Amino acid sequence: MLRYDSSGKPFIIIRDQDQKERLTGSEARKANILAAMTVANLMKTSIGPLGMDKILVDQDGEVTATNDGATILKNMQVENPIAKLLVELSQGQDDEIGDGTTSVVVFAGALLEESLSLLEKGIHPSKISEGYEKACDIAVQHLISICDKIEFDKEDCSSLIKAAKTSLGSKIVNQYTDKIAKISVEAVLAVADLERKDVRFDLIKLEGKTGGTLGQTELIDGIIIPKNFSHPQMPKQIKNAKIAILTCPFEPPKPKTGHKLDIDSVKKYKELLEIEQNYFKKMTDLVKKSGATVVLCQWGFDDEANHLLLQKELPAVRWVSGTDIELIAIATGARIVPRFSELTPKKLGKAGMVTEKSLGTTDEKMIVIEKCSNTKTVTILVKGGNKMVVEEGKRSIHDALCVTRNLIKDNRIVYGGGAVEISCSVALNKASKEIKGIEQYSIRAFSQALLSVPIALASNSGLNSLEAVSEIQLKQMKEEKPFFGIDCLSKGTSNMKEQNVFDTLRGKIQQFLLATQMAKMILKIDDIIRPTGQY
Amino acid sequence: MSEAYQPARILNQGSTQEKAEGARLSNFVGAIALSDLISTTLGPKGMDKILQSPSNLLDSTITNDGATILSSIQISNPAAKILIEISKVQDDEIGDGTTSVVVLAGELLKESEKLIHKRIHPQTIIKGFRLAKDIALKKLKEIAQDHSENEEDLKKYLKKIAMTIFSTKILTPYKSIFADLAVDSILRLKGSTNLESIQILKKTGGLLKESYIEEGFVLDKKLGVGQPKRIENAKILVANTSMDYDKIKIFGSRVVVNSSSKLAEIEEEEKKKMIRKCQKIVDHGINVFINRQLIYNLPEQFFTDHGVVSIEHADFAGIERLSLVTGGEIVSTFDHPELVTLGTAKLIEEIMIGEDKLIRFSGCKEPSACTIILRGSSKQILDEAERSLHDGLAVLSQMVKNPKTVLGAGCTEIIMAQAIEEAAKETSGKIQIAMEAFARALTRIPTIIANNAGYDAEQLVSELKTSHYKGNNTFGLDVTNGKVCDVQELGIIESFLVKKGMLLKASEATEMILRVDHIMYSAPRQRGMN
Repeated sequence: MLRYDSSGKPFIIIRDQDQKERLTGSEARKANILAAMTVANLMKTSIGPLGMDKILVDQDGEVTATNDGATILKNMQVENPIAKLLVELSQGQDDEIGDGTTSVVVFAGALLEESLSLLEKGIHPSKISEGYEKACDIAVQHLISICDKIEFDKEDCSSLIKAAKTSLGSKIVNQYTDKIAKISVEAVLAVADLERKDVRFDLIKLEGKTGGTLGQTELIDGIIIPKNFSHPQMPKQIKNAKIAILTCPFEPPKPKTGHKLDIDSVKKYKELLEIEQNYFKKMTDLVKKSGATVVLCQWGFDDEANHLLLQKELPAVRWVSGTDIELIAIATGARIVPRFSELTPKKLGKAGMVTEKSLGTTDEKMIVIEKCSNTKTVTILVKGGNKMVVEEGKRSIHDALCVTRNLIKDNRIVYGGGAVEISCSVALNKASKEIKGIEQYSIRAFSQALLSVPIALASNSGLNSLEAVSEIQLKQMKEEKPFFGIDCLSKGTSNMKEQNVFDTLRGKIQQFLLATQMAKMILKIDDIIRPTGQY
Repeated sequence: MSEAYQPARILNQGSTQEKAEGARLSNFVGAIALSDLISTTLGPKGMDKILQSPSNLLDSTITNDGATILSSIQISNPAAKILIEISKVQDDEIGDGTTSVVVLAGELLKESEKLIHKRIHPQTIIKGFRLAKDIALKKLKEIAQDHSENEEDLKKYLKKIAMTIFSTKILTPYKSIFADLAVDSILRLKGSTNLESIQILKKTGGLLKESYIEEGFVLDKKLGVGQPKRIENAKILVANTSMDYDKIKIFGSRVVVNSSSKLAEIEEEEKKKMIRKCQKIVDHGINVFINRQLIYNLPEQFFTDHGVVSIEHADFAGIERLSLVTGGEIVSTFDHPELVTLGTAKLIEEIMIGEDKLIRFSGCKEPSACTIILRGSSKQILDEAERSLHDGLAVLSQMVKNPKTVLGAGCTEIIMAQAIEEAAKETSGKIQIAMEAFARALTRIPTIIANNAGYDAEQLVSELKTSHYKGNNTFGLDVTNGKVCDVQELGIIESFLVKKGMLLKASEATEMILRVDHIMYSAPRQRGMN
């Protein structure tokens, strides 16, 4: 970059400019917008119940097939900085809401696309930003005004299931939506605290298992750990188990301070031997004395300790992972005990049944802990014909769980199938007429951008997209009802209330806010500097 | 035009992507190529493949087993990888039908490629396929025969199933012998699916048909030196403990001595410690001691002196099987002989198979584990025979749990295809075309079987179809004579689970591949110089 001093001599502001690639002003903006649009276009085909999937091949050639926006973007290995921002955007939606990760990116892309024509008209980017901000406010207001409430309680959760079904509709699990939606809702309700409107997600465990089909996915009232009992002859089933959870190995202690124990005489050798033998006895005795009937240990067992456990009739599991340990502790009310000497009857957890089960011909075993005494903990065991299906199933169920949780937190809903977007767009068009100045243009652009989601939805469903969307627009305006949307599955009605397609209000608001924020941020950039020739 | 208008590259250097038609094409090409590759192994007259390992050219495998072939080939195409994965899962879950699941998925994809050329949307195809799959599954359940009531009957059917399975493998000439072997060993499991307790020992030499099931249990180990080769009324202690040098496990301990005499003393003490341990073991009142780990000379000597036969280094699976067979528990501490359950066997003796010495345990308490001795002229033959036998055992073990059968030889496929065609007639719209395509894909399986056998496949299959239309619902292909005939009479029966697995997994994988419209490849991980 060159500037000239008072005497007309050039001086350099940015060093080594020949090694840096630089775009400024409107060119920079256009390059950015183009990059964002590329990402958004990529995601468009994944929207809706008839959206398509993507295959991602990672660095080591492993294959992931998914429909989940956040997962696609995360694994895409994006390099362009703007595209990276969009990846973040989708992550943000995923962390906060857990669903709608695709739509948020498509919407942000559409906002930027619309701003391109505004920029060409010569409107300053910050004016566009302001207009978008205002439009977003109006849209959110409108959302709140048109939202509906759904009612549910522990007994009647049919409305929750419907919401979960909307979320699952676009995924590969959609042929089993009824069953999987029910499982998801039951899982959430099992751990939910309806009074505090809180759901502890860490109490729901998702475990995948290849074999069978997705339809055989089941909800287990308890915890599954993919481990087996440490000795093949331990009993496979323990009723009314008292569980001791240990985080110390059944091995002679290894003090963390460096030390050496020198044996220089026979006497010392004998003593040490005695001590060693006693260690194991003491350990198992202490466990037995506490009244435990099952031992779960985070670490390994020495052969001798293992046998002593068998002899004392203490079925034990070794190498249980830290997260599983915590979960079991919460569920059974056990305390995690770091030293044998601290084991007391009070610190034991209780469970109605602990069983070791085997599956398939390869004889993989897993331990099922059921009827835990304390908090409800559930496991969803996802089954599927292959690894990729199971992984995708897990992701889809996670989305459905999130939707259900959001509804428990806030039971306000808006109608899906593009209905809200169209309704907001109509409202914005109306509102824009009463706003003076350049902002009017931005608001209209925003309203146009809102239509991107229903348009993508319609075209993925094989409809004439523009025609379908404009038809719905008209219908909404005529009847002044916000629940008309795109009839993706050709069910014969565009009434989303009847089709039971709805999203959470929170999720939608979040989508609008995040996308607007992102569009504003990208519009503000007017200079890209990046080193070239590094490859 | 300025740089700003050029298409934006957003992915990393080295990453590539394929979009829409391109992605679909690459998926179809990959998956179909894979299924074509493997389709020639289908059926009783299917061919084998030689698999050569890239590192060692001398190390080759000759096989007919779909899962084995697929797991050894190096594939980068993602759709082909999905097919390999389903074949693996089919193998894990049911054990057989690993080829047909891939072939069916491949045929389904071939059909859908044609439909996409006709401008039918993949989602519509998926819808049709799902419908077709449901109909086929319903039909399959209808025609499945349940044999759970009569035990004698069950045994007969198990044998037939085993014969059907083995007839597509290297074991064909001796399928009756092997079917008996498999059924016999499975019935010993008494409903457990733990195939671990059936041990397959491969010994080169002899002929395949000389393979036999060993009454009792055979351990591929040798008895200690100078110990009796025959023990009657054995009391066995099965252990997992170190009998080499029993170090003190307390962390940080080490021996530091300042004179050689002290070293000798400690060494002496170590020996004494070992002897004490041996004494404790002997105090259990046993005459056979089997350890998972090594037994050094000193303890072995001690055992010999005390009339205890010792067997060292029985691996982990061996130990578990032994404890199953003899009914003894696996022991690691020896302070409480009264609490330990000992294993028993009427007779333990050293036997010779070919040139190898083995130990046979007979008259055991719990005959749920057994050993099948496979004989054959080469390593490759033995390996292939083991794989085939394993397939058979796996299916049979599942069968005992769920004793439902369907007819083989292409009969079931035709029945399912015709059920779908029937239903398609009443379905309007493009879905109908997809359903018909599904039916065609199913019919392709008998076609491929006939093709592989060298017959005029189209002619045979159309004859087969006609006979089904006429109401002969038990007709199938007789590939030995190249005729259409009653399968029930031929006794070609397959497990319902295998067929169900094939149908469900193939359609699930097809759906997964069809749903994809975009493939993104990450840049391959840079292999460092180190």
